[in-house]
Amino acid sequence: MITNDQAEHSEEVTRRNFLYVASGAVGAAGVASAAWPLVNQMNPSADVLALASVEVDLSTIPMGHTVKILWRGKPVFIRHRTESEIEQAVADDHADLKDPQDDEKRAIRPEWLIMVGVCTHLGCVPLDQRGDFGGWFCPCHGSHYDISGRIRKGPAPRNLEVPKYAFLNDTTVKIG
Amino acid sequence: MGSSNYEPTSKAAKWFEERLPILGLIHGTLGAGYKAPRNLNYWWNFGSLAGFMLVVQIITGIVLVMHYTPHVDMAFRSVEHIMRDVNYGWLLRYTHANGASMFFVVVYIHILRGMYFGSYKSPREVLWFLGLVIYLLMMATGFMGYVLPWGQMSFWGATVITNLFGAFDFYNGMGESILHLLWGGFSVDNPTLQRFFSLHYLLPFVIVGVVILHIWALHLPGSNNPLGIDAKGPGDKIPFHPYYTAKDAFGLSFFIVILAIFIFYLPNIMGHPDNYIEANPMVTPPHIVPEWYYLPFYTILKAVPDKLLGVVAMFASILIFFVLPWLDGSKIRSAKFRPVTAFFFWLFIANAIFLGYLGTKLPDEIMIHIGGGLDALTLGRIGTILYFAYFIVIVPLVSRMESTKPVPTSIAQSVLDSRKEA
Repeated sequence: MITNDQAEHSEEVTRRNFLYVASGAVGAAGVASAAWPLVNQMNPSADVLALASVEVDLSTIPMGHTVKILWRGKPVFIRHRTESEIEQAVADDHADLKDPQDDEKRAIRPEWLIMVGVCTHLGCVPLDQRGDFGGWFCPCHGSHYDISGRIRKGPAPRNLEVPKYAFLNDTTVKIG
Repeated sequence: MGSSNYEPTSKAAKWFEERLPILGLIHGTLGAGYKAPRNLNYWWNFGSLAGFMLVVQIITGIVLVMHYTPHVDMAFRSVEHIMRDVNYGWLLRYTHANGASMFFVVVYIHILRGMYFGSYKSPREVLWFLGLVIYLLMMATGFMGYVLPWGQMSFWGATVITNLFGAFDFYNGMGESILHLLWGGFSVDNPTLQRFFSLHYLLPFVIVGVVILHIWALHLPGSNNPLGIDAKGPGDKIPFHPYYTAKDAFGLSFFIVILAIFIFYLPNIMGHPDNYIEANPMVTPPHIVPEWYYLPFYTILKAVPDKLLGVVAMFASILIFFVLPWLDGSKIRSAKFRPVTAFFFWLFIANAIFLGYLGTKLPDEIMIHIGGGLDALTLGRIGTILYFAYFIVIVPLVSRMESTKPVPTSIAQSVLDSRKEA
């Protein structure tokens, strides 16, 4: 005991110091690994993730119309764009854009504009064919999107999100 | 807390007190053992009123849970079931819903009373912090409670408020990961409702814990008072019981009348009619407004053109209260002796009410018709600047430069002086 006391006073690194740090580290790792499941249970569960994709039949959507479908609990806009709308969208590539992106990067096939219908400001659903740019308008805080779904005016920071999608054939698209 | 000089009168109480001194604790905290300043006015009622509302909310909440189902397919219907079928269900729900509003009214007055009379100043800073923590917990609890009926305002309010946390998008995908963690999915959905229900049940009991700390911190320096000077001798103080228990009970009886007027005659005036439409993720209501008690902060959020900075400004508008004890450099607590401070205090309140009013308006709405017209957004920006200027410029400067009125030497002296005048 006497030697231990002397060691503590002299601030020398002892076996005991090592044991303090080592047991503290093991304890911290134990707490962290016990906490992780408690945090991760909050993330989307397996059944939520399993419903992550949806197939849509495009043949029923006439030109100049937008259809809203539900995907991952959120609306997705599928707009069958007219020739003039596509021209307008391409022409606007050189407009003053807050989140610059060319129209061809936003639509795999120019006549089909597919976007998540959730305003990038605070998550409201923008209204179809409203606003100053012939596209969408979010009623919550006044964001205007153009006919390519790009943010043109208002508080939203980004363009409407384009989800991952693929054309299975000419009339079917798989979203997600 | 607690009182060492508590002597139980009955033998049984004495026996118990020796084994668990909880009677002495209550005696010393809320009984005759707590000596409070003799000059507390009715603004000092609101602490006990807040405590009363917390108890009302917990009791009505616990019984509502016996009939409510936290699931997206059943939540809305179960609330209608409470309203139509459950015996006195309408009374329980209206009391809980209006009780939340009245709880906020009472707490806002309690906080503003602390601001006016300088109750946040040394040595009560930690007491002030604990009160702000209670307020923040109330905001979280109130928000999650509003989601539970699963109406349109519930759903879209939850969507807008949770999306605020997506603003913390410091590296690619971080904002989205935070949102997926909060939602337990890709949008506000059943997992979100269930976790909000769990936390809405938990947080009030956390509030109870912080309230106990709040009262504990109060009893070290004792209550502040309208004069803001320290209560010193026995002539300055009176026992909490029966004097303030009686005064609080009298105030409570008035308060209950007002609460009852809302419950029985205006039960939906604080709510939004859209919340009687079941939640629909495909349709955003044309105009989303939060509950009234968040409105000033909502205006501040909308006033800032950048998403992240807007969210930061909104949180800062509340967190700035934590540094108020140091922004205020005056040696005198009470605004009674600080006329310029008092003037700006009332201006601050008027501005906060104005910000709340603007929160209900669309940003483009023209409010004042002069010239091209002033829209709600512009006015909201002016109000926001004024709000922060109060804390960052006005309070630090005025509190240090103002020439104050003479302060009485003691509470007892001030009472004697006022009697002479009369």
